[in-house]
Amino acid sequence: MFRIEDHPFIARQQRLTFARAGRTRPLSLEDYAATGGWAGLSRARRIGPEQVLEDVTTSGLRGRGGAGFPTGIKWQTVARAQAPRKYIVCNADEGDSGTFADRMLLEGDPFQLIEGMAIAALAVGAHKGYIYVRSEYPHAVAKLEAAIALSRDMVAPFEVEVRMGAGAYVCGEETSLLNSLEGKRGEVRAKPPLPALEGLFGCPTAVNNVLSLTAIPHILSEDGAQEYARLGIHRSRGTKPIQLAGNIRHGGLFETAFGITLEELVHDIGGGTASGRPVKAVQVGGPLGAYIPPAQFGLPFDYEAYAAAGALIGHGGVVVFDDSADMAAQAHFAMTFCAVESCGKCTPCRIGSVRGVEALDRIRSGQARAPGPVETLPQMHNARKTQRSLAEDVALLEDLCETMKFGSLCALGGFAPYPVLSALRHWPEDFGIREEEMADGL
Amino acid sequence: MGKARIFEICSEYAECEGPLLPILHAVQAEYGCVSPEAEAAIAESLNLSRAEVHGVVSFYHDFTAEPDLRMDVQVCRAEACQARGVEAIVGAAEAAAGERVAVKPVYCLGLCSVGPAARVGDRLYARLDEAALVALVERVA
Repeated sequence: MFRIEDHPFIARQQRLTFARAGRTRPLSLEDYAATGGWAGLSRARRIGPEQVLEDVTTSGLRGRGGAGFPTGIKWQTVARAQAPRKYIVCNADEGDSGTFADRMLLEGDPFQLIEGMAIAALAVGAHKGYIYVRSEYPHAVAKLEAAIALSRDMVAPFEVEVRMGAGAYVCGEETSLLNSLEGKRGEVRAKPPLPALEGLFGCPTAVNNVLSLTAIPHILSEDGAQEYARLGIHRSRGTKPIQLAGNIRHGGLFETAFGITLEELVHDIGGGTASGRPVKAVQVGGPLGAYIPPAQFGLPFDYEAYAAAGALIGHGGVVVFDDSADMAAQAHFAMTFCAVESCGKCTPCRIGSVRGVEALDRIRSGQARAPGPVETLPQMHNARKTQRSLAEDVALLEDLCETMKFGSLCALGGFAPYPVLSALRHWPEDFGIREEEMADGL
Repeated sequence: MGKARIFEICSEYAECEGPLLPILHAVQAEYGCVSPEAEAAIAESLNLSRAEVHGVVSFYHDFTAEPDLRMDVQVCRAEACQARGVEAIVGAAEAAAGERVAVKPVYCLGLCSVGPAARVGDRLYARLDEAALVALVERVA
């Protein structure tokens, strides 16, 4: 008889962060304590802040929100900063399409996040923590508020408060999240100063993703740090909750050690597309992640391997598209999304994304753009007076993407070129570009 | 919209650090909008300029200057739902919406492996096809 436990989707998982979610009652303190809850916090209290920092550094944990910055180093920076007030901020503004691990954890095991935050507070000397949840997750907000009320005595004198976002995608960026928490427009701040030194209300602040903080209780358990560091490959240690989404037969959350390939994820575990058609592309890492063609499915899940391939892991969302997808339309959507959600602080993102949409419109329609009335004025010496060809429009778009990538203040403008350029590079035919034209140096 | 009531809401958040967003959520929930008068009252209460409050209200998608009396059906239109065919069914929902329902896009509801998905109030609906989405819109109306 076939048992569900034997299905590759279940059998091949290695659940550390999600060990409890779905198995225990989310708001039962009894269940939580019976399944190893609070063990990390009590050990942290016993060994003291220095040893906690040491353990987190040893574990090799890196920011699970996408940037992959070593959590231990971030915490050490906050801990060494001299200030009367320090904060822990949990980034639960999970706006990326194709990601839902934060939501599942907040709804399924909220105490683990609170415990992780309490350990972080102990390590860096913070007195107060905020959890910034997006308003699209009403159930997560309700669960968290109930869990905070129930566990108040367990984490005292540390206090936790939930704050709800207001529908701005960019507030998932840490500095704009801090501005939003302060009651300001969610505009990105220039770094430095790092939030670790001057964060919320100008105080040293550790801003961590839900999945980073919820990995902490396990790491702080007896020998947890060494066990965590043994998993994974290269500089990507531990487990990563991967979310299989979009047009996939067996979708859902799949937690496993780093190093798994897309081939295994999409075909062996995900069972191919839900529609039964061939896979055309997967997008890893949300709306700002690159589109990856099946030819590159051998790529192992690893921060550096993805970066080298011009892609990013982001929050670990894997969105599958079948062969009916129009990649030019997807590229257009990515740029449009960036234009709509740009906070407006820096020019490459605010204006670049709008110009990017216009360039993509021209490329997709195949209509060359005639010079505008201003460009034809005699005093516009440097403006072009002739029509641009398709090849020139593509070159212009690539140049613009280059500017956005290196000139934007944050990841929104900086990563929006990834889906656009990857779609253009791998599926030029969707843009109406023939292969020989690509070979001609496009 | 009573100025006194706005002051009362503001005073409920007096203990909060950075209270503006929670206040705006409360005002939006009670009045269905954050009107210019409400902005002025909040600014006065928090000792901010009106421009600062207006800047915040206009930045976030959740706050609106005028109330929309129609019922909201938020349909997720992000990539994962696109891959599951939401764009093909949203037209029928908009046609069925009429004057009493507003079909609005949302990015995203975090139901990315079971899309297309929609949200009405605090209720979520997944694995929608055209018939189910149209039925949902009609039920809301």
